[in-house]
Amino acid sequence: MDSKLFPEGTQRCSFGQFMLWMGFLGAVFLWGVYGATLVLYNGIGTTGLDNYFGFGAWITFDLAVIALGAGAFFTGLLKYILKIKQLEKIINLTVIIGFCCYAGAMLILVLDVGQPTRAWFGYWHPNVHSMLTEVIFCITCYLIVLIIEFVPLILEQKQLNKIPFIHAFAHNLHVNMALFAGIGAFLSTFHQGSLGGMYGVLIGRPFAFREGFFIWPWTFFLFILSAVGTGPVFTVLVATLMEKITGKKLVDFKTKALMAKIAGSMLSVYMFFKIIDTWAWATGYLPSVGLTFDDMFYGFIYGKWLMFSEIVICGIVPAIMLVVPSIRNRPGLLYTAGILACIGVSLNRYIFTVQTIAFPVMPFDTWQLYYPNWVEYATSIMIIAFGFIVISLSYRYLPVFPLETKLNYQSGD
Amino acid sequence: MQMKEFKVKWGMVIDVDKCTGCGACMVGCQVENNIAPMTKKDPYNYVQALTWDRDDASNKLKTLTWLYVYELSNGKSFPEHETAYLPRPCMQCGNPACVPVCPVVATEKNEEGGIVSQVTPRCIGCRYCMAACPYHARYFNWWDPIWPEGMDKGLSPSTAVRPRGVVEKCSFCHSRYLDAKDQARQDGNDPMDLPDGAYNTACADICPTKAITFGDLNNPEHKVHELAKGKNAYRLIEKLGLDPQVYYTSEREWVRKLGDNYNADGGAHGAPSNSHG
Repeated sequence: MDSKLFPEGTQRCSFGQFMLWMGFLGAVFLWGVYGATLVLYNGIGTTGLDNYFGFGAWITFDLAVIALGAGAFFTGLLKYILKIKQLEKIINLTVIIGFCCYAGAMLILVLDVGQPTRAWFGYWHPNVHSMLTEVIFCITCYLIVLIIEFVPLILEQKQLNKIPFIHAFAHNLHVNMALFAGIGAFLSTFHQGSLGGMYGVLIGRPFAFREGFFIWPWTFFLFILSAVGTGPVFTVLVATLMEKITGKKLVDFKTKALMAKIAGSMLSVYMFFKIIDTWAWATGYLPSVGLTFDDMFYGFIYGKWLMFSEIVICGIVPAIMLVVPSIRNRPGLLYTAGILACIGVSLNRYIFTVQTIAFPVMPFDTWQLYYPNWVEYATSIMIIAFGFIVISLSYRYLPVFPLETKLNYQSGD
Repeated sequence: MQMKEFKVKWGMVIDVDKCTGCGACMVGCQVENNIAPMTKKDPYNYVQALTWDRDDASNKLKTLTWLYVYELSNGKSFPEHETAYLPRPCMQCGNPACVPVCPVVATEKNEEGGIVSQVTPRCIGCRYCMAACPYHARYFNWWDPIWPEGMDKGLSPSTAVRPRGVVEKCSFCHSRYLDAKDQARQDGNDPMDLPDGAYNTACADICPTKAITFGDLNNPEHKVHELAKGKNAYRLIEKLGLDPQVYYTSEREWVRKLGDNYNADGGAHGAPSNSHG
């Protein structure tokens, strides 16, 4: 029915099957829309957030997807600025994932901010000392860059590309893509850092506070490193999931292994500094304010196992797995390492968001538990459904994977 | 962040030993500052009526309590068990954690008097300031504020009510400060040199045991000036270096020790000395 719209030389599932899939995703999305409507109409009181946990599941989700979406800017940087040609086989997917992650984060922020109609105040009354101002600037600007990077791919759609103007326009955008990749890398590096800086500057929160370099606390640099250490491998995981769902080979393993090698190298650098940072915080800063490392943990929910899982099981282990060629070159182990790394970065964002504010700084105060309720889950899952919808449509109609025809339909290669 | 010095520095000294935990200060604060009570039903919101109820005042993690009274315990069992009550307003920190983080300059410390402002019409409700404040002195309007019929007649005309979705906090009853300065001008006096008691907060006014003393910490003619220098005076979590303008005093050592963390012994992190001014 819609086969004329498919990318050149590819096959896709039947229209009915596709509609069934989209119907399922649409239903999940609508469930989230219902939750979002309640939040916007009745108020954020609808959620599990409270005066102790002003930040919760939404902020954790935002930080996690932004870190995982870092594959877009980092791969763009390597492909267009450092000219690593091999990455062109996966670059389109990184842009789509980046777009989904950032657009999703913005949608969640619309819900999370108490007065969404005042969101533009970040531009109108900016506080240049606030890390969040920088985040607002860079996230909005970078989303625009991602849209600019996404547009040529849409314009390359088989039927659209037949129109001479669109063809020429898409070509010109491609020619100048290095410029946008550069701007994107700059913006994204800074706001990945500012998201970390947001916690590092909290002088009243010993769990998160860090010294730093000039105006940037160490968390600024750690967040950048952890994002570039996991973003590329997340792209590999998404590509692999797409391969499992579609039953086709979409990216050659050599490219996947290269992405994993890049991520592994960055993850190793990150782990090196993360361990030093944690050590300095535990033995230097905490005692200086009368606290011990043990004070930072409580019960099972806020236990040390969280930090251990983050740094060791989901940090050091995948870093080693991804840098050692004999492990990295085995698909099963590469994917396992990738999953661990992605869990690790998400755990890091959760710990910095929730445990930071759960720790009772006043000695007579008590640890509080935070339970996100279904509204927060539904709206977050809505974003995941949104991502699936965008990726499904892109896969079906846009030439996302340059190697798809070669890997699936041409014999002898 | 650089600390800003003020000629006038409004502050409080709260005598924890005098506080009985009656909660009158919380009520006084609520009334003075038009803080909405929590109501389960919202008669103006039909969507709400179709779904489920809002939080009522029993959910203490969603109520608005600019001034909150904490119960302290010495942790011992009877007969050595002792309790104390500690009212906690906004500390109006000299080096506030909340001010530099606000992305839209909705909270500032720049007015003579050293009160940390909250510009609610500009607040976008991101709650970053709440995450920053270790005293939990900041509150978010989780629901639309509703005053049950009749209660709205008792609203103070001096204080603006706040909409849903913004953060608010204790302002040391700022409208009273404006009134006191106006009065001084009318009387031909210097509004920057108010006599002790000319400007007082609602909580200090209403406290039946006079546990809360309010005044200019920099003015030797104000009682707080001396009280804050008392040998039993302390401030909450001073080691973090936030330089609060609210002081506490207690003759009981265990109460004073609960004012900061002493689990590890180290030099204070960038904290100013115990004395002010």
